[in-house]
This record gives sequence, structure tokens and C-alpha cells, in this order.
Amino acid sequence: MAADQHSPHLAHHFDSMEQQQESSSLGMWLFLAQEVMFFGGLFVAYAVYRFKYPEAFAVASSHLSLGWGAFNTVVLICSSLTMALAVRAGQLGDKRGIIRYLLATIFLASVFLGVKGVEYTEKYNDGLMPGPAFEYTPDFDRYTVPVTAETAPPNFVGNVQLFFSFYFVMTGLHALHMVIGIGLMIWLIVKALRDRFSKEYFTPIEMTGLYWHFVDIVWIFLFPLVYLVWRH
Amino acid sequence: MSSSTHISSLKSYLNVFWTLMALTLLTVVVAFFDLGPFNIIVAVSIASVKAYVVILYFMHVKYSNHIIWLTVAAGFIWFVLMLGLTIADYATREWIPYPEAW
Repeated sequence: MAADQHSPHLAHHFDSMEQQQESSSLGMWLFLAQEVMFFGGLFVAYAVYRFKYPEAFAVASSHLSLGWGAFNTVVLICSSLTMALAVRAGQLGDKRGIIRYLLATIFLASVFLGVKGVEYTEKYNDGLMPGPAFEYTPDFDRYTVPVTAETAPPNFVGNVQLFFSFYFVMTGLHALHMVIGIGLMIWLIVKALRDRFSKEYFTPIEMTGLYWHFVDIVWIFLFPLVYLVWRH
Repeated sequence: MSSSTHISSLKSYLNVFWTLMALTLLTVVVAFFDLGPFNIIVAVSIASVKAYVVILYFMHVKYSNHIIWLTVAAGFIWFVLMLGLTIADYATREWIPYPEAW
């Protein structure tokens, strides 16, 4: 193909659109591998302390609302589906489809964050926000976890607080990723409205899709680890 | 075939979606049974299957080239190393008693 005939989207340091797309994908996956290590550090720290203080973590987890957690898991999986369909619309060059599915994804993401806001407020009002406002009195008679005032390890309340520190930092960092994702989707909708995408060029949609599915995967692990510690 | 030229059908995306929904239900139901130390193992295994399905189909890795496979595997292996070595340390610290002061 002569130089003056190539796609207007092809940067000059690439041989072809395909090579350009594959470079973007590789870059995005390297970023996501880095994100795995970023969240991974928190997951490893969580694993160590859960191993060390199993009773306190089980008790603390049972104070979270399983209903909200499960609801949000379903909402986030739905948003992953709509995001996958937005990328598919990009592949098909369907501008209306891109915008429709991105709006649906933004809507579902907002529902998720709204629920998270309700949960955070509840926990704060119950005195479970770590820090000076943390106030927790163990009620050993009501726990299903086999732990009594006599068998409870020293600093039991402190370890309950530790669980909530992990809960707020991990879900908070996850929520921050979702806010960034919503920003990216708004940017994509503006680009789509300006007809910047076509069947042969929709890389930004595809890359945002990868990011969004990664955020979904983080939640897929967070949900059982923070909400389902001790439900039997 | 590159990841962006393979167009999955609407039906295949819906199949992935229902698989993820079914596994979410399963992980909640299983949590209500007392499996002892296996509760956490089952929960993490189900989450791993869900993540695998998302990576393969939603993230198109099934249709991507080998260097993408390598990057995904590297992310996974390095995380398992970090987790495995750290747990191996903390889980075995008390196997040998601390020496008395001398």
C-alpha cells in the first residue's frame, strides 16, 4: 500500500494496522500484569493476617451484608457483558451500539458504586470504620464462629479492626479503579459521537474493555474473600 | 488471527455470562456448608475458574497471539510466587521453636 493510501489511524512507526493493534494489546496486558502485582500485594497481606487471626476475620466478615455483596457481584458481571458487547459493536463498526452499550456499562457501574456508598455508610454508622471512630464490642454469645471471651486471642477487637482496614482499602481501591473506568467510558462516548471509530480502528474501546474486565476479575476474588469467610 | 479481527457471536457472550452467574450462585451456596479448611480452597477455586473464563472469552485471550499468552502467564506466575513464598514463610515460622536466650 502506498504511503499516501494508508489508514489515517495508522501511526507512521507501524507497518500495518494489525501490528499497531497488537502493540497496543501487548502494552495494555503489561499494564494489567503490573496491576496484578499492585492488587496482589494487598491480597497476600490479607492472606497472611487471615491465616494468623482466623476467628477475628470470620467474625468481622459476618458483619458485612452478603445480600449487597452478591447483588454487586451480579451487577459487575452484567457490566462486563455490556462492555464485551460494546467492544463487539466496535468490531462491527456499529456506532449506535458502541454508545448504547457503554451507557449501559456506566449505568451498571454507577449502581455498583451507589451500593458501595450505602454499605460504607452503614459500616461507618456501626462504628466499623478503622481509625479513631472505630468502636466495637464483641458479643461472643451471638457469634456462629467458635470463639468465646476465654478463647479469644489477645487484641481480638484490634484484629477485627484489621479486617475492616483490609475491607476498606481493597474495596476502596477497586472502587477507585471503577471511577477511572467510568471516566474512560465517557471519553470513549465523546470520541464515538465525533465519529472517531470505525470497523478498522476501535483500539481505545478494546483497551478500555480489557481494563474493565480486569476490574471485574479483582471483584470476583474480593467477593468470596471478604463476604464469604464464615457463612455456615 | 489477531484478537481484534475475531468477532465472537452474541450467543457465545451470553453463554459466558450465564456460566459466570451460575458460578456466582455456586460460590454463595457452597459458603453455607461447613467444609473445614476446604471452604477457602473451594471459594478461591471457583473464583479462579470465573477469572479464567473472563480472561479467555471476554478479554479475547483465546484468540490472541502467543506473546499475550506469555504476558498473562507471567502476571499469574509472579503473583503465585509472591503468595506462595510469603505463606510458606508465615505458615512454618512456629514449626521450630524460637531458641531460648543464650
